[in-house]
Amino acid sequence: MHELAIAEGLVDAVTERLPGTKISEVRLEIGALSGVVADSLRFCFDLATEGTELEGASLQITEPGIQVECRTCGGTFVPDGAGGSGARGVPILLCPCGSADVKVLSGQQLTITSVKVA
Amino acid sequence: MCATCGCTVDEHDHEHPHDDGRTVTLQQKILAKNDDLAQRNREWLRERGVLAINLMSSPGSGKTTLLERTSEDLAGKLALSVIEGDQETDLDADRIRSAGCEVVQINTGAGCHLDAAMVARALRTLDPPAGSAVVIENVGNLVCPALFDLGETARVVLASVTEGTDKPLKYPQMFRSADLVVITKTDLGPYVNFDPARFGEYVGQVSPRAITISLSAVTGSGMASWSGWLAGMVPAPAH
Repeated sequence: MHELAIAEGLVDAVTERLPGTKISEVRLEIGALSGVVADSLRFCFDLATEGTELEGASLQITEPGIQVECRTCGGTFVPDGAGGSGARGVPILLCPCGSADVKVLSGQQLTITSVKVA
Repeated sequence: MCATCGCTVDEHDHEHPHDDGRTVTLQQKILAKNDDLAQRNREWLRERGVLAINLMSSPGSGKTTLLERTSEDLAGKLALSVIEGDQETDLDADRIRSAGCEVVQINTGAGCHLDAAMVARALRTLDPPAGSAVVIENVGNLVCPALFDLGETARVVLASVTEGTDKPLKYPQMFRSADLVVITKTDLGPYVNFDPARFGEYVGQVSPRAITISLSAVTGSGMASWSGWLAGMVPAPAH
């Protein structure tokens, strides 16, 4: 359950950037390869924001799909089963050329994209 | 960068959008604070000429036993110290200390992983000398520790033969982050259904650049390749 630590990190990051500012909405990008489960984070968000400027804020999470670049053939591809939004199963990152030596272009996001000031 | 609105201009006179209902673009990593602290740890270690290894595995893969044996094998050859992460107790720290190592215990309580701030405090207490190695034994867990950079020089992931051949596929996040994968408890190989070749293939699928070695800390088989890898990672002394 590292999602609680992630939620606490989120509160720290926002309150350090916008000290003393009441926040009504937080928008995040959580990639399927980030190791963070969006539903668990939603659960922890309310706990972590209690008593902070983020208390009561709504949490909007987008889950960008996986895209990788093959270091062997140079092609980019979307792995089988990497459906993007809501995808739970993390696919094996194997290029159609047979190489597993890939660089992840998208899917590892663990980013606060924006917040709305109340 | 402007610290308030996050725009890339250093000096500017625009209004900061603190009026009601305005959206402020942050585009900031959630774990930025941990990442910053980890980078500070990394610089501190580099300035001192100290190697730091983040040692991760499931509970019971043999992290502490490996470190006990390593401490005995490398006595007089490489200065080794240990940061022990466990939810509770000093039991592992006592074992490592008995093996002749400097050790600092971190108890995470409810926490399932070490973070960069905990390691920063432990490093100051440990005060490792130049040319030495610090092994950070993370909390036994194949999920959460993968996300938290501690400032380590390299990541080592252990998997014992009793855990099964398919561990790298089941926990790809952890194995993807590994620089070295160590198969432990090979002395138990004859009694369990573990396929080292297939395990190696699975590691290759999630982490093509990781090196895989096998050892038994009980018989000592394979310990030389582990010790050799570790000693080879220690920074050369600065002149």
